[in-house]
Amino acid sequence: MIALLASIRPDSWNFPLFLHVGGAAVFFGAVTISAVTQLTAARVPEPDLLRRVAFRTLLIVGLPAFIIFRGAAEWIRSKEFPGDADDPTWLGIGYIISDLGALIFLIALILAGISVRKRKGWLTQTSGVLSVILLVALLIATWAMAAKPT
Amino acid sequence: MSFDDWILAFHLISAVALIAAVTMFSVTIAAVWRSDDPAAVTSFMRVGLVGNILVTIGSLGTIIFGVWLAISLDAYQLWDGWVIAAIILWFVAIGVGKQAGDGYRATSEMAAQLDSSGSPRSPELAAAMGVTRAFWMHCISTLLIFLILVDMIWKPGA
Repeated sequence: MIALLASIRPDSWNFPLFLHVGGAAVFFGAVTISAVTQLTAARVPEPDLLRRVAFRTLLIVGLPAFIIFRGAAEWIRSKEFPGDADDPTWLGIGYIISDLGALIFLIALILAGISVRKRKGWLTQTSGVLSVILLVALLIATWAMAAKPT
Repeated sequence: MSFDDWILAFHLISAVALIAAVTMFSVTIAAVWRSDDPAAVTSFMRVGLVGNILVTIGSLGTIIFGVWLAISLDAYQLWDGWVIAAIILWFVAIGVGKQAGDGYRATSEMAAQLDSSGSPRSPELAAAMGVTRAFWMHCISTLLIFLILVDMIWKPGA
């Protein structure tokens, strides 16, 4: 079924799909680097550098990537499911995860920013743990978008 | 959900892992760009380790599950032009990416040696963290992975 749908996908869906998939993958990379740098910051010679990189990556790479992939999701949804029709289950999973994920991401970003100034280890660790939770959620969302469970 | 749906999910998760790894390497290169501080460079060794795990999962997963889908699904064939293009691009991207990885691994080892010997600054390290062959190899592999994504989405000729 997926193959059939993919093979008849209109060309006009391709660009928003490209932005959605590409944006999500870059966002995943930004959150991964944030998680690793913040959870290892206490054990390296230059912890402040890693804290700064975590914050800047979330802000400069993660935030724009999130906006692109979330905006592209709405764009392609408007093409695939126009009007007020009920969303399929897999799309509902995507919405729940992206909305909760946005909240977790913003908290992680704010904590990462504060930890750069205050240099408090627990702030860095908390932001790192939130990034890991976000990564797990993103994996579930990716699975739902591809496998499209009903 | 069919078995093919699961394979497609693993294929897509692998693709996300591969692009995420490229993003991680790019951020790391930018973070220690022309850095002459061995301690700063060695601080990113765990990031490089996670990036290597992601790139292994991503590269193997995309090719194995991708070929599996091309064989399993009736809509696509292994000899479709866009599938052949993706496979060729994948092999070149992985080969070029490995050269970039080898270059940065050598630089990382140099930084670790300098750090353990107590050297605070090193012009050689700064040069190795700038525009080098490894850097250009990274740029080329990033471009090739971008082209694979374009090929996968647009499926030219399908």
